[in-house]
Amino acid sequence: MTNETLRQILTDKFGEQLTDWEEPYGMLSFRAPAEMNLKVIQFLYDEQGFNFLTDLTGVHYPDRTDEELCVVYHLHNLRANIRIRFKVYVPVAKPDVFTATAVFSGANWMERETYDFFGINFVGHPNLIRILNVDQMDYFPMRKEYKMEDPTRTDKDDEMFGRG
Amino acid sequence: MELQTQQQQHIKLSEDSLQKQSTTLNLGPTHPATHGVFQNIMEIDGERVLETVPTIGYIHRAFEKIAERRPYYQITTLTDRLNYCSAPINNMGWHMTIEKLLKLKTPKRVDYMRVIVMELARIADHLVCNSVIAVDTGALTPFTYVFQWREKIYEIFEEVCGSRLTTNMGRVGGFERNFSPVFWSKLRDFVTDFPAVMTEFESLLNRNRIFMDRCIGAGPISAERALNYSFTGPNLRAAGVDYDVRVAQPYCSYEDFDFKIPVGTTGDVYDRFMVRNGEIWQSVSIIKQAVEKIAKIEQEDPSQKDVFYAKEADRYHIPPKTDVYTKMEALIWHFKMIMGEIDAPAGEVYHAVEGGNGEVGYYLISDGGRTPYRLHFRRPCFIYYQAYPEIVKDGLLSDAVVTLSSLNVIAGELDA
Repeated sequence: MTNETLRQILTDKFGEQLTDWEEPYGMLSFRAPAEMNLKVIQFLYDEQGFNFLTDLTGVHYPDRTDEELCVVYHLHNLRANIRIRFKVYVPVAKPDVFTATAVFSGANWMERETYDFFGINFVGHPNLIRILNVDQMDYFPMRKEYKMEDPTRTDKDDEMFGRG
Repeated sequence: MELQTQQQQHIKLSEDSLQKQSTTLNLGPTHPATHGVFQNIMEIDGERVLETVPTIGYIHRAFEKIAERRPYYQITTLTDRLNYCSAPINNMGWHMTIEKLLKLKTPKRVDYMRVIVMELARIADHLVCNSVIAVDTGALTPFTYVFQWREKIYEIFEEVCGSRLTTNMGRVGGFERNFSPVFWSKLRDFVTDFPAVMTEFESLLNRNRIFMDRCIGAGPISAERALNYSFTGPNLRAAGVDYDVRVAQPYCSYEDFDFKIPVGTTGDVYDRFMVRNGEIWQSVSIIKQAVEKIAKIEQEDPSQKDVFYAKEADRYHIPPKTDVYTKMEALIWHFKMIMGEIDAPAGEVYHAVEGGNGEVGYYLISDGGRTPYRLHFRRPCFIYYQAYPEIVKDGLLSDAVVTLSSLNVIAGELDA
């Protein structure tokens, strides 16, 4: 199995719905519609041997209208030794993504972490509560609008420290 | 079966109910038996664990957020504090991630130097874990004995970078300075003397009847469940899956080395212990091979003796202090790097290394700025610790304690 054959298999199965095909640094990467994430995971798991969820995390792009939040999955086919990355984008106003916990038990805490830091709502998750931050927290700290420094401070200019 | 349903009903009863037969036990977060800040609220029936709810995050330090406004070289210190038992592996993994982003190729000598420190770190990590399993089963002697040797490894690290636990070792492209003659002599002493110590350590525990009775069958997990829980490292291999990043997707010239991957069968505490012991032996062998390979490189081309970083990386590698004080060009680059004015190309990289506990992954999104746009650490501890309630369920409380130490959950890595 190579990146090309895998891309062909996925295109045959899902057609035009999968977009943004890339191969940055050798890892096949694509984008799927948010409501299809579970279908893609299930197909890769059942039929293509991607039985290992390496990583699941979120990214916030505040400038992309209606697709501000991104969920990134890294899957690994241990037999063929090939990794794959795919992303789904959701609007920050309605960040609903189906949970992968039914397929991977390991997704449980990874999704809780992503919820904790980005506020992505994993629909169907058995226990979607904060994991590393305190329960009383009322914001999602990894979103870009939350600055590193105390927002009331004016003596430290972000421009001088790398990122405005 | 009927008994089980009856007991499960007891959990749902209120605290003051007369019918309630189980006890709620708060184990941790600072219990001596947890070796770190782990809290588990357990529902126990006598000595039997019915239900466990882990609470984590006590030492969460928001590394991923901090990393978003730090220049790349300053993030190395954050990686130290993930798995602080084997910090050099995390450091090297981070440098290799940036090198992958920059499409840099490091010289073979640098690769082998890195392999030496990474394998030393792996030995130190496994020694801590295995000797702590012994402590939890009531044997303190092996622990005090091998900690002396962990100390010797830290002395070697001190020769490389000046610090011991949180090493901040290496730079993008290689090392900050060449290995000193003292380093080589200390390494030689270690490699010569350590096998005898390891043999003695194994003879104290491997066939020790008390130790075996405590460990065999305690906290097992099947290969299928371990994979489903995204286990990596010794804990996955103890369950019988021979996945090792060093072999599956070699980095840092690991493909040049000849070594074996120890695997277990049942995935219990004893198997995890034995897999780690086996890996220590393999690491010693890898270090010996690396020393030989470096000697061979130097013999073929004496000018290689001074190679400790990739020349193409000079825009990212902080120049040696002697050059900074004497050469204008070096001074300029030193300033530019320290002030964080070095831009990296835009790109998306996932790089994984085999850490002490499993696959340590760095998912880096760079938008071309001087800091990462997003940096995510794949922390093996965080991912496999969620299986803990399932592993200890229906076992004894004392097994739960020894399972926790055999999983080698490191609080720094767990909470990031």
